[in-house]
Amino acid sequence: MRISVILASLVGLAGSGALAEEVAPTAVSFNEGAVEQSLTGVPGDPANGRLIVGDKGQGNCVACHQVSDLADVPWHGEIGPMLDGTADRWSEAELRGIVVNAKIMFEDSMMPSFYKTEGFIRPGNAYTGKAADETFGPLLSAQQVEDVVAYLTTLKE
Amino acid sequence: GAFAEPVDDQLVVNEDISIVTRTAAPAHVSDALDEVMSGWLFRGTETRAMQADDFDNPGMIFVEQALEVWETAEGTEGKSCAACHNDIDSMAGVKATYPKWNEAAGEVRTLQMQVNDCRTNRMGAEAWKYDSGDAINMEAALASVSRGMPVNVAIDGPAQSAWELGKELYYTRTGQLELSCSNCHEDNYGMMIRADHLSQGQINGFPVYRLKNTKLNGVHSRFKGCVRDTRAETYSPGSAEFVALELYVASRGNGLSVEGPSVRN
Ligand code: HEC
Ligand code: HEC
Ligand code: HEC
Repeated sequence: MRISVILASLVGLAGSGALAEEVAPTAVSFNEGAVEQSLTGVPGDPANGRLIVGDKGQGNCVACHQVSDLADVPWHGEIGPMLDGTADRWSEAELRGIVVNAKIMFEDSMMPSFYKTEGFIRPGNAYTGKAADETFGPLLSAQQVEDVVAYLTTLKE
Repeated sequence: GAFAEPVDDQLVVNEDISIVTRTAAPAHVSDALDEVMSGWLFRGTETRAMQADDFDNPGMIFVEQALEVWETAEGTEGKSCAACHNDIDSMAGVKATYPKWNEAAGEVRTLQMQVNDCRTNRMGAEAWKYDSGDAINMEAALASVSRGMPVNVAIDGPAQSAWELGKELYYTRTGQLELSCSNCHEDNYGMMIRADHLSQGQINGFPVYRLKNTKLNGVHSRFKGCVRDTRAETYSPGSAEFVALELYVASRGNGLSVEGPSVRN
């Protein structure tokens, strides 16, 4: 009886993984700035992550960071540290935490929180200057975050 | 990066008017900055050169247009600006002190608000829409006769509460990107943010002719654009918030010369 209950719950867990149930932006749990658990259970795609990091309409991380691997993308900003070798400095869980909400790892960081939906002052509807409406969501989707994290883990010196 | 510094250059307009483009920070910002610098120092060689000669400064075309309006009678009183103020040179020094507390109205007024007061109350003419062509052209004309004079807005006395509101707005991290004016223009001036070379976001050069949209741009419109870029709900040009922010940002440039109309990209 007891064993079957445990088995049933294990099956349940595996099932939720297969259905790729997402961790909601409000339900992410941090451990000293790091996020251990994948937000989707689906492995990130580093090639797509690379695109997101360089794309103005998506992560636009190069607005603030230089990345040698993205030399084909014009104009890298200088606000944050260069991301070359970031995977040598941070674990996957730490990188996930930094992308989800960098302000937990780095107090008062200028880096935006890419997977957060609450606590903003005068949140807008994208770049329209108008107030946010019911379409308001995090800057990156859960899977986009996983893709970015997968890409960041390839950035070794 | 290669362009990460403000240039070491002097601005003299028409080989005549020396512009102070960097100077010691006024006392009320000395906790945050040692020096205050005009946005001119952060622009490229060609853009800087355009501002050194009125024939090359496209903003001066709009000043010419405003000078015609200055002479033109309008409204139920049949008066022009010139009817009361004579030559526009009589306005030399005025721009440097705005925004300014108006005792009779009991409010801090921007130059555009003051002009509209003359239009509605003294000329019987319609108010110009905030930052619209006519308003911004006239502001540019008023700025042009103050070029080279030090910005000197008062921040104490009755203006103090607006100044404090402006300061609070300057340091508030707005929008989904949670960025404040200070994140970009105080902590990171001189740095590249993607393709843009960040200046201190000073307004001594306003109105600004931008090569990007080939017209004169007002302070509030610029604020609106910067706030919008934080993925925030912006305030409107002419709002009490932007008037207060204008006063505060102007005061950060006390000591820099009035430069408007300046040229930026
Ligand atoms: C507006 C600026 C800005 C943007 C946009 C930005 N960052 Fe950052 N980032 C920073 C700053 C500043 C730091 C340094 C941490 C601090 O605040 O002390 C940082 C730190 C980091 C670090 C740790 C760097 C290291 O190796 O030590 C990583 C990784 C990182 N960012 C990734 C990203 C990714 C991925 C994106 C886009 C999805 C992004 N950043 C977007 C400003 C930014
Ligand atoms: C009928 C007279 C009259 C007309 C017409 C008039 N003004 Fe005025 N203007 C005044 C007076 C009087 C003052 C002083 C108000 C005060 O001190 O509060 C003033 C003040 C100003 C000031 C502020 C000066 C300062 O030192 O703070 C500006 C700028 C100005 N006017 C611009 C204009 C413009 C531009 C026009 C035309 C669009 C115009 N005025 C039309 C009478 C007029
Ligand atoms: C995300 C970064 C960012 C933020 C936040 C930001 N700005 Fe800007 N701002 C820019 C960029 C980029 C430019 C164009 C380059 C320059 O002149 O600095 C600019 C230009 C300006 C200018 C024009 C300067 C000139 O000489 O032409 C002013 C004024 C200004 N900003 C004020 C503000 C104020 C006030 C705030 C806050 C309400 C603000 N900015 C917030 C990025 C920002």
